[in-house]
Amino acid sequence: MTLATLDALSAAAAVRSGAAGAVEIAEAVLAHIEARNPALNAFTAVTAERALAEAAAIDGRRARGEALGPLAGAPFAVKNLFDIEGLTTLAGSKIDAERPPASADSFIGRKLTEAGAILFGALNMDEYAYGFTTENTHYGAAHNPHDLAHSAGGSSGGSGAAVAGGLVTIALASDTNGSIRVPSSFCGTFGLKPTYGRLSRAGTRPFVASLDHLGPLARTVGDLAASYDAMQGADPNDPAQAARPVELTLPPLEQGASGLRIAIAGGHFAGSGIAAEAVATVAKALGVTRVVEIPEAARARAAAYVITPSEGADLHFADLKSRAADFDPMTRDRFLAGALVPAVWVQRAQRFRRWYRERVMELFREVDILIAPATPCRAPKIGQETIEIDGVTVPARPFIGVYTQPLSFIGLPIVAAPLRQPGALPIAVQIIAAPWREDLALRVARVLERDGVTNAEPALA
Amino acid sequence: MADEPFDAEAYVDAAAKLIGLPLDPAHRPGVVLNLERIAQMAALVMAFDLPEETEPAPVYTP
Repeated sequence: MTLATLDALSAAAAVRSGAAGAVEIAEAVLAHIEARNPALNAFTAVTAERALAEAAAIDGRRARGEALGPLAGAPFAVKNLFDIEGLTTLAGSKIDAERPPASADSFIGRKLTEAGAILFGALNMDEYAYGFTTENTHYGAAHNPHDLAHSAGGSSGGSGAAVAGGLVTIALASDTNGSIRVPSSFCGTFGLKPTYGRLSRAGTRPFVASLDHLGPLARTVGDLAASYDAMQGADPNDPAQAARPVELTLPPLEQGASGLRIAIAGGHFAGSGIAAEAVATVAKALGVTRVVEIPEAARARAAAYVITPSEGADLHFADLKSRAADFDPMTRDRFLAGALVPAVWVQRAQRFRRWYRERVMELFREVDILIAPATPCRAPKIGQETIEIDGVTVPARPFIGVYTQPLSFIGLPIVAAPLRQPGALPIAVQIIAAPWREDLALRVARVLERDGVTNAEPALA
Repeated sequence: MADEPFDAEAYVDAAAKLIGLPLDPAHRPGVVLNLERIAQMAALVMAFDLPEETEPAPVYTP
């Protein structure tokens, strides 16, 4: 590991001990971004000046003997739907490039900065977060660091590529139907989609208010926990944020998985291909054989599939009417179709969400953790139109989220944990907990990391 | 869902006109295809026998 590719907690420890300066790390990170980003197309803006100024401020504080934050000097970046003070928030679109620069950072971006982490810029994504492949027509595709011909996943593909390429330690992203977990799976990073309502979404461009979540991607479980802990906190500017106290996950991270009731998700989540193999590997490592069925998961996915275009189209309706041709062709027709979805379908889907939530909560009386695949396949090639699931050929883009959608639909906290076979692209499993039990999902992920089951090594060249 | 097969083309044209959404003829096939996909998903949801006392779970707080 070089200075540029230390994990966040190690970088902060190095800065605290004086083993490395924050400016020294920032310069190494900038050089690495300059060398590697042209091939990855992960960043859409690099905030070099700000990064160096923030790093110098941290070195100054240390020199004066002042306290440093838990992530002091750790490099991070944000999906470009997060506001960055002084930059226009693109949300992957050409249309929003006409907007004025943001006047402040997003709430959780600010929280990371307060913890000492250093912002390096904005990351590529599918337009308005509507996609699973980051094949963005306006700004180019994000490339998978493990094989540049392959997708980095989406919609937070720049976040996955930046972390897996070793450009930053932590990337913030959003997840409406799988947009943290899909890039984590395709790029081989850890990702945390917290409980719906846990982290404030203020200062980010929404997509589907009913389903939008924010969270981190990182190369270690410790970095996920540390950044997640730093980003918690009440914010009156997100009306969907739940009134929960801060519940730290880093202190109990090493408590292990013994005593936890873990089961494999069957039914909709069972298959025969590479995704099922990944689940089997994790289940074996954890000594889990119990299988439980999440009732009506396929219907839950369908309901998320109905709500998403409808709410998304409402947000963009004025532009859809006046300038549809300025949308990315990859998202345009879905937004246009979304504007036409009959109200009764959406209302029924929202009522179904309540029914489904109650059934899944019953399940969580008997289990603490569920294991499911994250994606049905490894990263497809950029431009690939179809994938195979259990021997059946289906259109790639609508099916990549088949295992993520039924779970974000009811806001469960989930860690994506990446596996890798030699010579193959990564694929992740979902470690799913009951609402507000991010700590348990992270503990199980940590056991897998500690025992060498997972692999989130960056692809540096 | 209706007993008749869903005529996405006719629906798209009528509904777009109703809500004042101009559709470029070049975009129309993609819109129809996507609405057909959404309709298939909606059919699954609408076919489920949901108890009438099941309310949605809004987060609206007055």
